Amino acid sequence: MKLKAIIEKLNLKVLTAQEKLDKEVTGGYTSDLLSDVIANSKEGDLWITLQTHQNIIAVAKLKDLAGIVIVSNREPDEDTQKKAQEESVPLMISGERAFEISGKLYGLIGS
Amino acid sequence: MGIENGLSQTFEITGNDFSKAGSISTTVKEILQEIGIDSSVIRRAAIASYEAEMNVVMYADKGQLILTVTPEKFTISVEDEGQGIENIELAMQEGYSTATEEMREMGFGAGMGLPNIKKNSDEFEIASIPGKGTSLKMTFNLDTKKEK
Ligand SMILES: Nc1ncnc2c1ncn2[C@@H]1O[C@H](COP(=O)(O)OP(=O)(O)O)[C@@H](O)[C@H]1O
Ligand SMILES: [Mg+2]
Repeated sequence: MKLKAIIEKLNLKVLTAQEKLDKEVTGGYTSDLLSDVIANSKEGDLWITLQTHQNIIAVAKLKDLAGIVIVSNREPDEDTQKKAQEESVPLMISGERAFEISGKLYGLIGS
Repeated sequence: MGIENGLSQTFEITGNDFSKAGSISTTVKEILQEIGIDSSVIRRAAIASYEAEMNVVMYADKGQLILTVTPEKFTISVEDEGQGIENIELAMQEGYSTATEEMREMGFGAGMGLPNIKKNSDEFEIASIPGKGTSLKMTFNLDTKKEK
């Protein structure tokens, strides 16, 4: 499913990389441990996390993730948004918690 | 970019600079993609490179990452000047970490870096002198049979 469609269905607020929303999302990964995400996420995954600092952008870029959803309405740092824009990584915010948003994403794209 | 004669490139890593952390590994990945290395090997190399780069940022003063590519294999060497590792066997254990509380809050310090570097490389060497620094050498074999 295209990221654009997921954004609409999950009611995500898009902060950066508007030009990348046509990307296909092929899976999801929910984790706040960077070593775990680096080792276990897959290309095309939408990453669901509560981390807001700039290092999440390098991780998403390195792993070719479809984008990052920050949960619980946490506001990413300014550096994070700037870097996401520079690196063309879609950064989104959800008002829901990781459990709910992961469940809904799973419902949309399954395993 | 032909690799018949080999290619070697050096990158400087600055300790404690979280703003650029991870960028060298992204560049390394892009170079490997440009050369046309198999994507499954690149995926493993990216994991190992990122973890090694982050360890310099988190635990050392400064370091270098050297990427060397030959037709048969490529190596990523990371050498740093810093506190070094007192007990390598302990540092290699899954879950062992001396990351600060602040680093843990950022999602670092899972103690999976060194174990995952070892797991994802075909050959792995580590040496350290406490008080001086640490060096890692990761080797990735290329399946040359496939290309011929
Ligand atoms: N380059 C390094 N210089 C000094 N100490 C290091 C270095 N790399 C790793 N270490 C030590 O080894 C431990 C384990 O490293 P690692 O497996 O990458 O896990 P983590 O980085 O999550 O702590 C670190 O917490 C640190 O004490
Ligand atoms: Mg580490």
